[in-house]
Amino acid sequence: MDLSFVIAVEVLYAVASLVLISAGLAVVFGMMKVINLAHGEFMMLGGYTTITAVGLGVNVFIAMLVIAPLVVGLIGLIVERLVIRHLYGRLVDTMLATWGLSLVFIGLATMIFGNTTTGISTPIPGFAVGDYQISGYNFFIIVVAVVLVIAMLAVLRGTRAGLIARGTMQRADMAAALGYSPDRIYMATFFCGSALSGLAGAVLAPLVGLVPTSGGAYIAKAFITVIAGGPSLIAGLLSSATSFGVVNQVFTFAISPVIGEVALLVAAVILLRLMPQGITGRFFKGKL
Amino acid sequence: MSLNRRDFLGRTAALTTTAMLPTAVFADGTIKLGSILDASGPFDAYGKPMDQAMRMAVSEINEAGGLLGRQVEVTAYDTQSDMALYSQYGQQLTRQDKVDVVHGGILSASREAIRQTMRKTKTLYFYNVLYEGGVCDRNIFINGVTPAQQVEALVPFAMKNSGKKVYILAADYNYGQITARWIQKFVADNGGEVVGTDFFPLDVSDFGSTIAKVQTAAPDLVIAPLVGGAHLSFFRQWAAAGMKDKIALASTTLGVGNEHKVLTPEEGNGIMCAYNYSQELDTPENAQFKEKWAAMFDGDQSMHEIAVSHYHGIKTWAEGVRKAGSLDRMAIIEALETGISIMGPGGKVTVDPKTHHAVLDVHLMEMQDQQMKVIETLPQRQPVDTQAVCDLSANPNDNTQYEIEI
Repeated sequence: MDLSFVIAVEVLYAVASLVLISAGLAVVFGMMKVINLAHGEFMMLGGYTTITAVGLGVNVFIAMLVIAPLVVGLIGLIVERLVIRHLYGRLVDTMLATWGLSLVFIGLATMIFGNTTTGISTPIPGFAVGDYQISGYNFFIIVVAVVLVIAMLAVLRGTRAGLIARGTMQRADMAAALGYSPDRIYMATFFCGSALSGLAGAVLAPLVGLVPTSGGAYIAKAFITVIAGGPSLIAGLLSSATSFGVVNQVFTFAISPVIGEVALLVAAVILLRLMPQGITGRFFKGKL
Repeated sequence: MSLNRRDFLGRTAALTTTAMLPTAVFADGTIKLGSILDASGPFDAYGKPMDQAMRMAVSEINEAGGLLGRQVEVTAYDTQSDMALYSQYGQQLTRQDKVDVVHGGILSASREAIRQTMRKTKTLYFYNVLYEGGVCDRNIFINGVTPAQQVEALVPFAMKNSGKKVYILAADYNYGQITARWIQKFVADNGGEVVGTDFFPLDVSDFGSTIAKVQTAAPDLVIAPLVGGAHLSFFRQWAAAGMKDKIALASTTLGVGNEHKVLTPEEGNGIMCAYNYSQELDTPENAQFKEKWAAMFDGDQSMHEIAVSHYHGIKTWAEGVRKAGSLDRMAIIEALETGISIMGPGGKVTVDPKTHHAVLDVHLMEMQDQQMKVIETLPQRQPVDTQAVCDLSANPNDNTQYEIEI
């Protein structure tokens, strides 16, 4: 009983961390069709922002949940103005440009923070479930992911800004004809996407040893999750994160962490072979 | 690779020209010491202090008038925690820089990446790091502790403080794999039982499911030969899950890169380990060493187990050169094989002629408030694991890494 609870928490945690890792990319790539190869570096910057802020005496939760998303969002804004806005609709060109950006960010982080491992301790203590101990921080990540998904849903579905953003992504020319500036809306959306990446990097920072090349560890998982999710933004994110999270954890428990990672990749290959349009290309059609 | 006649002639000509370059060009200049270490990247906690230790040892040698009346000059390469760069810089040190000796390599993977290059180019090689034992090669001298010196002492010590059921979490490459087998052997020898073994690639940093899995096996003790910056998160997550007071923890690697100073006291306290060196060793040699280090590096105190091993290694090599009275590789090897001893911050270190490993002191320790408190000292332990399989005086041409069979 206790064990099944512990395993359930670990599975939920794996799903939640996939949701977090992929949310920013789902906005930037899923909505805006910008292949952002610097997504992992945005996360890495979120981590470094948190560690720097904590080092300056800021409360760790404020650093993770407020400062890191804002800082990385602003960096995203600058990047959008300088580079990305010239490349909308040019899929392959954005790929090249953002790959260059990722190298620049790695280089800058190496210059500023040094090519060395840094980290902070997890701010939440563990607790006991029957005979087992589990990490309290895992719950925090699950909560953040749930709140994040609800907030995204609320903004995109419930607010006028969300409606305008969705409309602009579908038909920028119509949005312009109705008097909205697609340029501004793209800019704001890219800011949100970057801020989400920054948040993910910040929240995951206490769990990992951070180096300037840390972004590489996330980028593949993020793209796999978003692509396998398919055209629907949130339904796709949730369904693919759940499938991969469960597969990963089941194999991790049954065999080993290495096999868990392998199983995730194999599952992605099989899934995309069966559903080339992603999960929401077949199921949950028309959902957000 | 296809090779046509033109390529072949071109390469042969290039090789011959290189071979004919006078190797004695530096005869009256400086002695060239090659250094190859990860001074940046995930393994820099190991490599940076090793680089400092090397520079300190060389400056001490030079201040004392050098070797054979010549100054020692350092040629150093930073391999950035990238195993591929070892092969490249190994070639560069031996074929372009033509150094007289190479000191370096940290992970066992990096040592094996350059060991054959050193042997082929007849460049004397020192690997000064704690490792899994068994390397038998007359061209290499090894200064670090081996499993028979370390694991054999650590396992009964840790089991006595906890219990008989042991779980092993090891790094997934030659060091972790072979060390895990040694741990299994010594646990069985002490009447215990290994209830589980897991291996982790060096970039794994999420141990959540592992911690849950360990609990299902309910061991009394976890022994963790984990390596590098990413694996350090295991000790954080272990403490964050509140496991520290439930299951005892021992490691064959934690502290080697001063990890106990990175972890908070709450995360580190009580973890057991066994090494040749601790900053807390109360000897005049260590006090003097720490003082000199602080003076040379602006008050820095980052010396650790393998930095001290590296220092011992360079001092041993210098002693060998002095005794040989020449820079000839074979003369130095033969001088070292007479069983040269040095006194260093980690105590007396003697070259074992049969295996080219070291006889040295090992201390059982426990982490306490970011220090490594020495609990018990085991003086002058022999590398018996390697001695059992390797005899370089009988088989000077041996070139194998022997692995333990279970």
